[in-house]
Amino acid sequence: MTVEGTAARSKTRRSGGTAKRASAAKKKTAAPAKAEPQLVQLLTPEGERVEHPDYAIDLTPEELRGLYRDMVLTRRFDAEATALQRQGELGLWASLLGQEAAQIGSARALHDDDYVFPTYREHGVAWCRGVPPENLLGMFRGVNNGGWDPNSNNFHLYTIVIGSQALHATGYAMGVAKDGADSAVIAYFGDGASSQGDVAEAFTFSAVYNAPVVFFCQNNQWAISEPTERQSRVPIYQRAAGFGFPGVRVDGNDVLACLAVTKAAVERARSGEGPMLVEAFTYRMGAHTTSDDPTKYRRDEEREAWEAKDPILRLRTYLEKEKLADAKFLESIDEESDTMAKRVREAVRAMPDPDPMAMFEHTYADGHALVDEEREQFAQYLASFADENESAAAGEGN
Amino acid sequence: MATTKMPIAKALNTSLRKAMEDDPKVLIMGEDVGKLGGVFRITDGLQKDFGEDRVIDTPLAESGIVGTAIGLALRGYRPVVEIQFDGFVFPAYDQIVTQLAKMHARALGKVKLPVVVRIPYAGGIGAVEHHSESPEALFAHVAGLKCVSPSNASDAYWMMQQAIESDDPVIFFEPKRRYWDKGDVDTEAIPGPLHAARVAQQGTDLTLAAYGPMVKTCLEAAQAAAEEGKSLEVVDMRSMSPVDFDTIQQSVEKTGRLVVVHEAPVFLGTGSEVAARITERCFYHLEAPVLRVGGFHAPYPPARLEDEYLPNLDRVLDAVDRALAY
Ligand SMILES: Cc1ncc(C[n+]2csc(CCOP(=O)(O)OP(=O)(O)O)c2C)c(N)n1
Repeated sequence: MTVEGTAARSKTRRSGGTAKRASAAKKKTAAPAKAEPQLVQLLTPEGERVEHPDYAIDLTPEELRGLYRDMVLTRRFDAEATALQRQGELGLWASLLGQEAAQIGSARALHDDDYVFPTYREHGVAWCRGVPPENLLGMFRGVNNGGWDPNSNNFHLYTIVIGSQALHATGYAMGVAKDGADSAVIAYFGDGASSQGDVAEAFTFSAVYNAPVVFFCQNNQWAISEPTERQSRVPIYQRAAGFGFPGVRVDGNDVLACLAVTKAAVERARSGEGPMLVEAFTYRMGAHTTSDDPTKYRRDEEREAWEAKDPILRLRTYLEKEKLADAKFLESIDEESDTMAKRVREAVRAMPDPDPMAMFEHTYADGHALVDEEREQFAQYLASFADENESAAAGEGN
Repeated sequence: MATTKMPIAKALNTSLRKAMEDDPKVLIMGEDVGKLGGVFRITDGLQKDFGEDRVIDTPLAESGIVGTAIGLALRGYRPVVEIQFDGFVFPAYDQIVTQLAKMHARALGKVKLPVVVRIPYAGGIGAVEHHSESPEALFAHVAGLKCVSPSNASDAYWMMQQAIESDDPVIFFEPKRRYWDKGDVDTEAIPGPLHAARVAQQGTDLTLAAYGPMVKTCLEAAQAAAEEGKSLEVVDMRSMSPVDFDTIQQSVEKTGRLVVVHEAPVFLGTGSEVAARITERCFYHLEAPVLRVGGFHAPYPPARLEDEYLPNLDRVLDAVDRALAY
């Protein structure tokens, strides 16, 4: 397997926005390396199937339709969650709009016994792992700080502190290697996260211990208001080289390429060849979260340019052109999406607020005297209102 | 007099602008502080007016932000760094505790570290985890750091400039749920010292001591108590390191009772120190043990439980009743 981009240079610019930022950048410092390496691509934005010498993939029509279904349902779920946030059912939502191919492609490359360490936007990965979508919403609704058992689907809890999970994944992978198991571990994070010390330390540990871990960076071009150039002077995938393992950049809006490259990376890990960094070059179509206002820092034209590379549209074009999907199939997926969205909506609305005493649960596995004391005091405090209510009610009766 | 009514967020923004105008060595650094003006817009418009050299969007790395600010300070700059939310200061905790706090002493006083670390902190905004915490005791415990928290617009305006002027590192805790509370700011007043506590409300029966977001809650509690004929004094501590024990002592000598209120967990919190010192200083004046109201020894809960977790009027008044019952 060759490592992309070490030699290849292309003159294409990423987007209109890049040029403007580059010219606004400081004159004092040298311009960052602008060489645009070739992306691994198997499906063009126009829906043309192309080959790549290192990443061949052969999928059945069934599998191709499955990828389409995954992406459509994930997008529908995401749209529903955004709507639920707008209606006050969720406190916050981090949309994955535009990143469906990166997530579905990479996640469908995994085996059941592989382990996933996500950040907070991996709703499509969660879907592929079989985590019920509504489970993802508890923490965004504010009824819990996690919401699922990580071991039931080998899908760890969402991590909000940027980059922390890269180390957890590495340690888990070190454990897998010690156990002699032949599964792999994958850590998801963003381009911004690649600046964190924890991520650099994860690279160091994984390389030194040859841990079976794949670092999957979704470069969606922005870390809230900061463009990728604020995080790195070289393309992110090239950073791996300095740590002693390969890095590759894949078209993050091409589900086939994401699947093929991730498959190669996890197989490599499984066979004892150590870590690999995959940079999925993609785009965050919406705001960072529902609290963010992207009009403060980015231009509409940029989004429009990326809309032309929409991951779902391109697979659909391909499926239709190759007669792998007919109108009936496409319709059935839309119907399934609506049903799923409705079910999720009802499930979220039915989620009760937790009992106040739940605050004291699970602080320790072994129990703790101070927690017991405070729980008791708080219970008495709450009960004192109950007494008042009772006497008020009794008073009314007189 | 040049008095204007403005929210705390605006007072901080105006204060930062003034500090940058007054001293070209003042720099602002942090994630999203430039074009976006910070996620709370505290640095709004500053990059536009002072340029990217002075209002610096940093890579997404808190250890890097504080570590490089230390270097810039060693070179004569006065960096004001923004940590986006309380829970994200910990990647920088090593730099703050092992380096920023101790370098002046290690250099026998020969180097100064005028770094301000701004942290929007504490809860009440319905956020997801790591966005609502009150880690002030973890910093106040460390010698070499000063820790302050304004509770109103005027203090926000003046304390920020005083923190920037200080030659010592200051951890500046901004009560994020009060950002939008308005108050009068007199930009020509002569401010009191940065670390002096302030009697925010006079009273005779009991002293409530608080800082940052809980000052407002305590003032509301005092008002509610007044309707029941109880006269509470409210001391806004303003600083958690150093603590102005003299002002609290004076108040307690008058009222004979003290309740300390903060959002952070009670166990080993700032209130523990206040309770211990005031007990030492005022033993013969106290009519009741010093009580504390605060968070529990449990992780900050999900948003739908934060109203139960955070001290509110009822919990403050419950402690007041208990103290008055002695
Ligand atoms: C340690 C830490 N610092 C700051 C934040 C606040 N924050 C949340 S998301 C984010 C940007 C992350 O960008 P990136 O890693 O590119 O991922 P993306 O959200 O774009 O997928 C920031 C700064 C955080 N969560 N954790």
